[in-house]
Amino acid sequence: MDWLNAIIQGTLLGGLYALFAAGLSLIFGVMRLVNIAHGDLIVLAAYLALSVVTATGIGPLWALVIVVPAMAVIGYVLQRGILNRVMGEDILPPLLVTFGLAVIIQNALLLGYSADPQKLDAGWLETASVKIGPFALGLLPLLTFAVAVVVVWGLQWMFYHTALGRAFRATSDKQDIAQLMGLNRAHVFGLAMAIALAVTAIAGVLLGIRTSFDPSIGGSRLIFGFEAVIIGGLGNLWGTLAGGVILGVAQAVGAKIDPGLQILAGHIVFLAILAIRPRGFFPRIDG
Amino acid sequence: MSSQMSKSLYVTRVSRASSVAMVVGALIALTLIAAPWWAGRAEMRLMAEIFLYISLASLWNLLAGYAGLVSVGQQAYVGLGGYALFGLTMLGGVPPVPAIAVTGVLGALIAMPVALLIFRLRGAYFAIGTWVVAEVFRLTAAQISALGGGSGTSLSPAIIKSLADGRDAREALTYWLALGLCLVVIGAVVVFLRSRAGLALTAIRDNELASKSLGINIWRTKFFVYVITGGLTALTGALISLQKIRISPDAAFSTNDWTAFVIFIVVIGGIGTIEGPIIGTLIFFALRQTLADLGTIYLIILGALAIGIMLRAPKGLWGLVRERFGIELFPLSRRVRGQDD
Repeated sequence: MDWLNAIIQGTLLGGLYALFAAGLSLIFGVMRLVNIAHGDLIVLAAYLALSVVTATGIGPLWALVIVVPAMAVIGYVLQRGILNRVMGEDILPPLLVTFGLAVIIQNALLLGYSADPQKLDAGWLETASVKIGPFALGLLPLLTFAVAVVVVWGLQWMFYHTALGRAFRATSDKQDIAQLMGLNRAHVFGLAMAIALAVTAIAGVLLGIRTSFDPSIGGSRLIFGFEAVIIGGLGNLWGTLAGGVILGVAQAVGAKIDPGLQILAGHIVFLAILAIRPRGFFPRIDG
Repeated sequence: MSSQMSKSLYVTRVSRASSVAMVVGALIALTLIAAPWWAGRAEMRLMAEIFLYISLASLWNLLAGYAGLVSVGQQAYVGLGGYALFGLTMLGGVPPVPAIAVTGVLGALIAMPVALLIFRLRGAYFAIGTWVVAEVFRLTAAQISALGGGSGTSLSPAIIKSLADGRDAREALTYWLALGLCLVVIGAVVVFLRSRAGLALTAIRDNELASKSLGINIWRTKFFVYVITGGLTALTGALISLQKIRISPDAAFSTNDWTAFVIFIVVIGGIGTIEGPIIGTLIFFALRQTLADLGTIYLIILGALAIGIMLRAPKGLWGLVRERFGIELFPLSRRVRGQDD
């Protein structure tokens, strides 16, 4: 029964990892960019929420009203101001620029907020739970998972049912032709990054409510998101959600065996899947 | 006409600049080898640190700048080398100097299965894959309770004493090991790039598809570079841990120290050139000596500088110099010259 409980908790944790991964998956899908600073942007969103909460006294979930648009604007400006200038055939420049960004964000947060661990206080939501049969499911993990499903569904819907989604798919398929058809590539990329960072904002706030955070944790959040993307298969958002769940379950089961094994177990399952199914479980596009 | 051409023109890699540079380089090397007789302890420690960073930067440059394998996880091998040295000497009873040599072999051996796995990831995803591997190594090291688990351990005094008689001799030995490794790494990179495999590598960098159609085995060439780099990086890691005399998972596998700094060094100095990592390291240490008090701001400045260079001058400082004056200090690229040139 304990094991089943671990699997259920791991599944819910997978929702958070899918939220880490969704933005990563989106920008890779649209512009083949891997953003090394993604994890640090998640942490940045958590700190923005912290500032909003401290300044206004509203709850962290309400802070999303400010943090989500703020991160979207940061994303658009970042893409148009810096990243668009290094997009191209060569993957090295964008990789190194986002790596530099990661280091800058991390140290700027260290400077502004110190290395002390912080937490977003969501009051009763943190401890409330729902009893289903013999299992007590935390309301927050349930909410996180539900948000992940809604976000993935929303992104999927946007991709296949809106003009913007069409622009994304067209740019993803063939950038030059999309440009010839009158799409402004720079603007489309900017919008993709804006949406990716809006999702990142949600992920950051839910992360901050769930656990304490400090400026140094961005790297491992990037890795969790990345593992979810690869396990699920590139270019498939529902696959990314499945990947997040697999990773979450692996970590929860690992922690059950030995608390020191939690993170390691997740990495090992990822490497094992890479060995037997290098393209992930539900691939749509080539890396 | 053609016979006349072949008489008066020839192809060479050596230029006047490279000949002068080699002579000056040899003189500098001799001066540095003699450092234990003219430098103080603090200077020698600083210089040894510089040599080890030049090694790391040159190796990362070979990997990313020449082989197109952008790794952000080379700290895996730095930490591996350190832990292998501590394990071999403290648990295995191997004398330190042979143990250092073994760490290099070990690094290369472990790099093989790692390469088989992460070479399945392409481009930028390869980069994050290398990071995952480094995390796995770090978390595994934290599980080794015989080496202090998560908090690490120090090299026992008996082992340190067994290095050489007296403190001066020990300091000199660790200094020479660092200098020797640095010269070996730079030499190995130059020799490799001048070889057939190096030519293949340069061809792959310039155009992967074209080189493939010419019959170059891309996978094998990259595999070879990754494994050699892994071995030499582990060797560097062993010497770093010997200098620090202490090891812990977080320090030995630090992303900031062994990857962020190294990447900034190479980007600032000039990626894809042999001179770049050397110049970058000197600039990095000059900045560090002057800005170290600033702490985190120093890292922000470094990051901003690297981004600025990537946007404005992607070939780095040495790339600018080479473009402007056409100088190359190491005899690498072939040039056509007239007989009386």
